[in-house]
Amino acid sequence: MTSEILGIVVILLLMIVLSYPLGKYISKVFKGEKVWTDFFAPVENFIFKLSGIDPNKEMDWKENMKALLKLNLVFFIWAFVIFLIQDKIPIWNPAGIAGMEPSLAFNTAVSFISNTNIQHYSGETGLSYFSQLLVVCYMQFVSAATGIAALALIYKGLAQKKASDIGNFYNLFLKTNTRILLPLSVLVAVILLLNGTPDTFKGPQTIKTLQGDTVTVALGPAAPVIAIKQLGTNGGGFFGPNSAHPFENPNYFTNIVENVDILLIPMALVFAFGFYLNKKRLGIMIFIVMTVLYVSFTAAAVKFEVDGNPLIKKIGIEQATGNMEGKEVRFGPAASAFWASSTTVTSNGSSNSNHDSQTPLAGAVDLINMMVNSIFGGVGVGFINFFMFLIIAVFIAGLMVGRTPEFLGKKIEAKEVKVAALIILLHPFLILVSTAISSYIASINAHTGWLTNPSYHGFSEMLYEFTSASANNGSEFTGLNANVPFWNIMDGVIMLVGRFLPIIGPVAIAGSLAEKKYIPESEGTLKLDSYAFGIVLLAVIVVISALSFFPALAVGPIAEYFSI
Amino acid sequence: MKRKRNIKLFEPALVKQAVVQSFVKLNPVYMMKNPVMFTVEIGTIIMAVITVISINNAAATHESFAYNFTITVLLFFTIIFANFAEAIAEERGKAQAESLRKTREDTPAKKLKEDGSIEIVSSSLLRKGDVFTAEAGDLIAADGEIIEGLASIDESAITGESAPVIREAGTDKSGVVGGTKVLSDKITVEVSANPGETFMDKMIALVEGANRQKTPNEIALSILLAGFTLVFLLVVVTLAPFAEYSSTVISIAALISLFVCLIPTTIGGLLSAIGIAGMDRALRANIIAKSGKAVETAGDIDVVLLDKTGTITIGNRKATNFFPVNGYSKEEFIKCTVLSSLADHTPEGKSIIELAEKLQHDMFPVNADSAEFINFSAETRMSGVNLKDGTQIRKGAWDAIKKWTDNPDHVAEEIYSKVKEIAGNGGTPLAVGINKKAIGVVQLEDIIKPGIQERFERLRKMGVKTVMVTGDNPLTAKYIANQAGVDDFIAEAKPEDKLRYIIEEQKGGKLVAMMGDGTNDAPALAQADVGVAMNSGTQAAKEAANMVDLDNDPTKLLEVIEIGKQLLITRGNVTTFSIVNDVAKYFAIVPALFMVTIPGLNALNIMKLSTPESAILSAVIFNALIILALIPIALRGVKYRPIGATGILIRNLWIYGMGGLIIPFAGIKLIDVIVSLFFR
Repeated sequence: MTSEILGIVVILLLMIVLSYPLGKYISKVFKGEKVWTDFFAPVENFIFKLSGIDPNKEMDWKENMKALLKLNLVFFIWAFVIFLIQDKIPIWNPAGIAGMEPSLAFNTAVSFISNTNIQHYSGETGLSYFSQLLVVCYMQFVSAATGIAALALIYKGLAQKKASDIGNFYNLFLKTNTRILLPLSVLVAVILLLNGTPDTFKGPQTIKTLQGDTVTVALGPAAPVIAIKQLGTNGGGFFGPNSAHPFENPNYFTNIVENVDILLIPMALVFAFGFYLNKKRLGIMIFIVMTVLYVSFTAAAVKFEVDGNPLIKKIGIEQATGNMEGKEVRFGPAASAFWASSTTVTSNGSSNSNHDSQTPLAGAVDLINMMVNSIFGGVGVGFINFFMFLIIAVFIAGLMVGRTPEFLGKKIEAKEVKVAALIILLHPFLILVSTAISSYIASINAHTGWLTNPSYHGFSEMLYEFTSASANNGSEFTGLNANVPFWNIMDGVIMLVGRFLPIIGPVAIAGSLAEKKYIPESEGTLKLDSYAFGIVLLAVIVVISALSFFPALAVGPIAEYFSI
Repeated sequence: MKRKRNIKLFEPALVKQAVVQSFVKLNPVYMMKNPVMFTVEIGTIIMAVITVISINNAAATHESFAYNFTITVLLFFTIIFANFAEAIAEERGKAQAESLRKTREDTPAKKLKEDGSIEIVSSSLLRKGDVFTAEAGDLIAADGEIIEGLASIDESAITGESAPVIREAGTDKSGVVGGTKVLSDKITVEVSANPGETFMDKMIALVEGANRQKTPNEIALSILLAGFTLVFLLVVVTLAPFAEYSSTVISIAALISLFVCLIPTTIGGLLSAIGIAGMDRALRANIIAKSGKAVETAGDIDVVLLDKTGTITIGNRKATNFFPVNGYSKEEFIKCTVLSSLADHTPEGKSIIELAEKLQHDMFPVNADSAEFINFSAETRMSGVNLKDGTQIRKGAWDAIKKWTDNPDHVAEEIYSKVKEIAGNGGTPLAVGINKKAIGVVQLEDIIKPGIQERFERLRKMGVKTVMVTGDNPLTAKYIANQAGVDDFIAEAKPEDKLRYIIEEQKGGKLVAMMGDGTNDAPALAQADVGVAMNSGTQAAKEAANMVDLDNDPTKLLEVIEIGKQLLITRGNVTTFSIVNDVAKYFAIVPALFMVTIPGLNALNIMKLSTPESAILSAVIFNALIILALIPIALRGVKYRPIGATGILIRNLWIYGMGGLIIPFAGIKLIDVIVSLFFR
């Protein structure tokens, strides 16, 4: 067990060591400073010329958000149509996979443009290679880049002294793809290839085992999809079992690589915030706050999983290996729980074990991670969500030191508080209302066929599904039978709203702050990089999330824990 | 003697009034202004209906009639307590205002008609622009500006200061206040505002709460609180289907109790009381703020401009030394100086005589019969005396005296070096000459107010930069600035220099406060983020400022800043306390709701509350009582300490954050012990 824990510590250290320089690099990319990937410039210029977009036109927040929504509408239509007619496309469909049912196509299209990657289908049987590459893989790039570029707009908005322009979304979007996501994905894909992940256009292969049985093995162009799925906090697996599948995640080494990748960019974006605004200490303070939450939640989950199933313990059977239900033997409970926590703090959602089979409180940790949804979080959007908590924390702490609250020299006033409060409210709204509706239906109709588990666990499954949708996470408690129109459409709407409003609101705040007069710091100004403020920030996040979700957790995983 | 301004926190007469008001304020139209408490009122009404239903059909409500009734009453008292907090703050403000209003009672006014005749009218009939006269013994009928004459006036009714003050037309001290008394001479006054529209009337309205407008920060906080209320509405409403799923029946009484406990009723109930109390504190400091916003802004001030004279130094310069030159004896020099100052009634002149008396007492009384005194004129910039033997003595600034005398170079040089030395030490040199020969220099010095350094140190710790404004030359200004410990100074300042300085600082994003009284201060007062005019100042100055100081005390700015900070800190701390409280309430109520259907959840009942009913009741009772308990903090305000922003934050986190976490656990447990004696 010690070596397993040690493995986790190594992964964590690797994440931090690698994300720091990456953060510095990202901040340079966004500032337009010289970087080694400048050789992409001709390609970028060519694309801009082709599309007739002027990448140097400075836009205010409204114009930028229009650009973001327009682009994403195009992505949605592309994805939706391809999923519907994938069987009609003559190329790259060796397995002859059929077109999707409309509600599933809607759900899946929204799922991929919103960087959620909830999959109500199984990759091997649900998608053609054409869809895998030109929709799934492509969306995993552009949805990640959408979030990161939106965050870059916020950086710029916060750095502005008194101006309405906050950068050019198109420019930031394309550069995120070419300068950040592409180089990293190539690197990771090569590592995965070398470790046995397939990358081929051949259809499923049939082999005869030593026993003489015939086994069909699904193949495909998996390596690039998996690389970006981890780096872009996407999580949509090429194969149904996601990163538990031996082709997606062949061995302990690739497990380390992929787990590091999950948090690499989300962590780097925190450092990038510090570098971009010349507030390195503040960046590090925020990083510490997030890490404290991440490590303590993860430690709890690892402990519950390593301790094993309390029911088995009750019978008197020793579980030296911990809770192995739903786990891959090559990873074990510690690394699996660590992955589960990593994939839920970020809005990644890929999984190397079955989350549904975790002990109740380890499952609760996954839920809490997604309910907070801003501990590192999804690429770009995680920090954007955190930004809302920052605004609220600054407002309260600012009052406590006796000045009207300021954030980085800009006054936080009614307008900002209103937007921040609404955006923070949105997440519990989506989760609680939808879970309430579904649990009401489940309580009056025992024959929905949704739940494979009764009682508290069934409730947790529904809660998990909607939490995952609203957090744009994409992981699932697989006990829920979600590929029915009710869940497809409900999830789809939640993913859409939960994706775009929490981008637009914060960018609007950044736009409003950008226009405000800059007030220099004085002795009486709240010191954002002080530990005292770090504690306020931590408390605001924990208290708001706990207060919003405690009752739901109490009747789900907590009730389950205390009842077994 | 200062007017007695301290009203007891819960003065019985005021409490009685406030209790009545608490019920009057139940009017939903009024409650709607406060979204948090308004939802409590709606909850109470629903509970009242439930209670009525449970008289006949208790089973339908899932609770007994007694229980429903108790919850309804408790919720009702939660609102009453919140209303009481606001009402008592208003009553205290009113009482405060009352003492000011007494000065505004009807007095007969000698209105000057256009034809020059005088008509006696009631002061309430005076309108802006009317002119009236007042002479010794008259009460001044209305606020206004002296347009003719000079008078000594007893302003003790307003300021509590019994020493009379001089007010004169055409000076910076031309403003008079209604209700004050003319002690000597006669003045003609132009009324500056209609009755009911004067600064003081506005302030009274602000304190009384009738016309109180929410300040920007208060609005922002209200929005945040409304956001919290919505979250909890969501939590409670969705809990019903959640419970249904696990076959738990939660009564309406329990849901509403949970809701009221979770929403930030503590800060919601005290928010307006905190605001009113802030204005009240300003008024108690004899500051009339024209809006609540001005007081709030004061807490953010980064730079204060302070006039040297009267603020940093005591009134005027004093003579501190005599320096004869060119071999003149000290006695001779002093004698000449005294002769030249005998008829000089400026404070400087008087101080020369005072010093001379101290040094050479035997010299007095000085004989200056039939001497001709020469008054100071702007042209010669000298004053002095011509004795009957033809001796001419003059004193004045060195450059003026130098022109008048024709000294050999070495004398001029000796004097000049002395002059430079004195100026370099922050003094003002005054040269004296006899018969066109310079004979020495008198050193005048500013006396820095005792304790002023500490006040500036306090401001520095708050992060406020102090700037001294003076007409002195840069050398003198620098010396005094160092002595007093101000951060910056404007020397040889003209009124437009203040304005320029303010604009410059504001360009850098700083908020600037200043105090002024003269008409030529008006543009700067208007430009400053917080402009405090002295009540004795001209009408223009008072109109440009956003606060008026009744005491005419230039150091009042410092107090204003602290009042502003106190206001925000109190709001922030009570908010933190209120929200953190919810943690304990969850631990009380959630296990109680599911005690029957999910017995496992009783593990969360870490307070070991006796029964579900008593757990919920205890939480609701605690929630109501805590409002009452925090009223003193809301009214007095949290004390501001200049220990740096981080220091304050840590301190307040311990007291209100940690306290807010722990106190409800203890409080609810204690109430549960008592309640369970009754509910069995």
